[in-house]
Amino acid sequence: MLKLGVPSKGRLMEDTFRWFSDRGIGLSRAGSDREYAGRVEGADLTLVLLSAGEIPRELASGRIDLGVTGSDLVREKLAGWRSDVRELALMGFGHADLVLAVPACWRDCENLDDFAAIARQFRGDHGFRLRIATKYHRLVRAFLAEHEVADYQLVDSQGATEGTVANLTAEAIADITSSGETLRANHLKILPDALIHPSQATLFASLKGDQAEIDRFIAGLHA
Amino acid sequence: MVTKSAKQEIGQRLLAAFREAGAAEIAPDILLDAATLLDLYGEDIRARAYVTTDPVRGEVVLRPDFTVPVVQTHMDGGAEPARYCYLGEVFRKQDHGDTRPAHPRDNEYLQAGFELFARDAEADAEIFALFHRLLQPYGLHAAMGDMDILLDAIRALPVSEARRAALLHHVWRPIRFARLLARFSAPVAPRDLADSGAPWTGLRTGPEMEARLATLAAEADLPPLSAEWTDRLTRLFAIDAPAPEALRQLRALAQDIPAIAEAVERLSSRLDQIAGRGIDPATIRFEASHGRESMEYYDGMSFAFTADRADWPPVASGGRYDALTAQLGAGRAIPAVGGIIRPGLLAELEASC
Repeated sequence: MLKLGVPSKGRLMEDTFRWFSDRGIGLSRAGSDREYAGRVEGADLTLVLLSAGEIPRELASGRIDLGVTGSDLVREKLAGWRSDVRELALMGFGHADLVLAVPACWRDCENLDDFAAIARQFRGDHGFRLRIATKYHRLVRAFLAEHEVADYQLVDSQGATEGTVANLTAEAIADITSSGETLRANHLKILPDALIHPSQATLFASLKGDQAEIDRFIAGLHA
Repeated sequence: MVTKSAKQEIGQRLLAAFREAGAAEIAPDILLDAATLLDLYGEDIRARAYVTTDPVRGEVVLRPDFTVPVVQTHMDGGAEPARYCYLGEVFRKQDHGDTRPAHPRDNEYLQAGFELFARDAEADAEIFALFHRLLQPYGLHAAMGDMDILLDAIRALPVSEARRAALLHHVWRPIRFARLLARFSAPVAPRDLADSGAPWTGLRTGPEMEARLATLAAEADLPPLSAEWTDRLTRLFAIDAPAPEALRQLRALAQDIPAIAEAVERLSSRLDQIAGRGIDPATIRFEASHGRESMEYYDGMSFAFTADRADWPPVASGGRYDALTAQLGAGRAIPAVGGIIRPGLLAELEASC
């Protein structure tokens, strides 16, 4: 029997339940809100509720056959993700963009070319590389390498990343945003040509699972 | 499957040859302080090196490269001229992007290296000929480049000091360099950089921004770089031919870019010295852009020896890195040139013939 991993709480869980319900499969939590077991109606499926951040790893190891998580998390957490999982469906919710943001007061910074020039100038003025706070190290580094931006360094920030610029622990940030509200509140602006990854909730299949069974399951979803 | 001891054995053989060539063996630490390396190479090295933390020393890395610790050892009190050799593992993460290849590259492998610190006009030829002799039995292809010629050509461009500095800084990044060159070759488009009204935030200061705005404003009066110069640069960067033929092309180009003439003559005498050491320069491929695709710290000759194997990295590589010694030497600089050979790849070549 296939095992499906779904984010264990919040909006992402509710939207996922609704997405499957629209396709003829009833998913729900078993028992109380505190229990991480699930109930399934209309398919031969086991439901496990997991933290969205753990789903990529569980898929890669094959402990779950199917999983719903952000496309950003899979790309960030699985080096060579296409060798571990395949994308079955973009689910149309959970939209969030991984963007590069700089202080809004930098009126000389409108694009990535400006950013590269400023990084070089900053390194010369301050004697160290311009710092970008992020938790998406691999995605950000790959993006900046592809665009040949040099003279920067990444500093790890696992939360409240927008605050690092005001706290003088970073000069710029790379983070997920949906409305841009938090960025604006922290006097940051998005570089329009530095969209690192447009993320959304995605149904993935583990390449370690029984692919024929997975294909049958997908074919059986009501369109 | 080639055993580790077979690789070690070849490494020891190379090391013995390096000692015979006058080098003193040194054994740099495997755990290196991260700060120097990160400042030098930036995120490229963080992506490639195993960074870990020590409760006392802070961030440390598993040696990704020998050059930096060897330079540091020399700067800490080596006499000149100095020849060093070493044999040991380096450690590199291999992040292949979206899909992992069937045969991923090694995460740890041996390097046998030779580094020469000397104010000696024949140093480049000495290193190249030594590597050439040791690698002779393996039927490899020798390629050479010379960043000196490229850098001199950029220095000679009729552009503002600020533009020249930007081009020199980014010459190792072909996309960024091409974007800059394209921008400098077109009339300056006016930019409306309006004040956002946002309060100042972050460590970058207002005066720093004003300085850059002034540079941008000054650009408005600059004439675009003529197509003639872009064309010369493109022709120079594209030179890729057997060394004697490349030399002919470079001398022809030096008619248009006189500033490279001196560096081209240095290349010419290097090739003569190499010929004097029994190597036919026609067997060396000279690729003008060779150094742009290798380590950023090579600022003169660069070279590589490659095998006819798809997806293989060079079996040996090296070059001149005078600027690196200046950067690490806190004011002192020593002309330096060196290279490494990968004994593991030689072992695989030996096992398959």
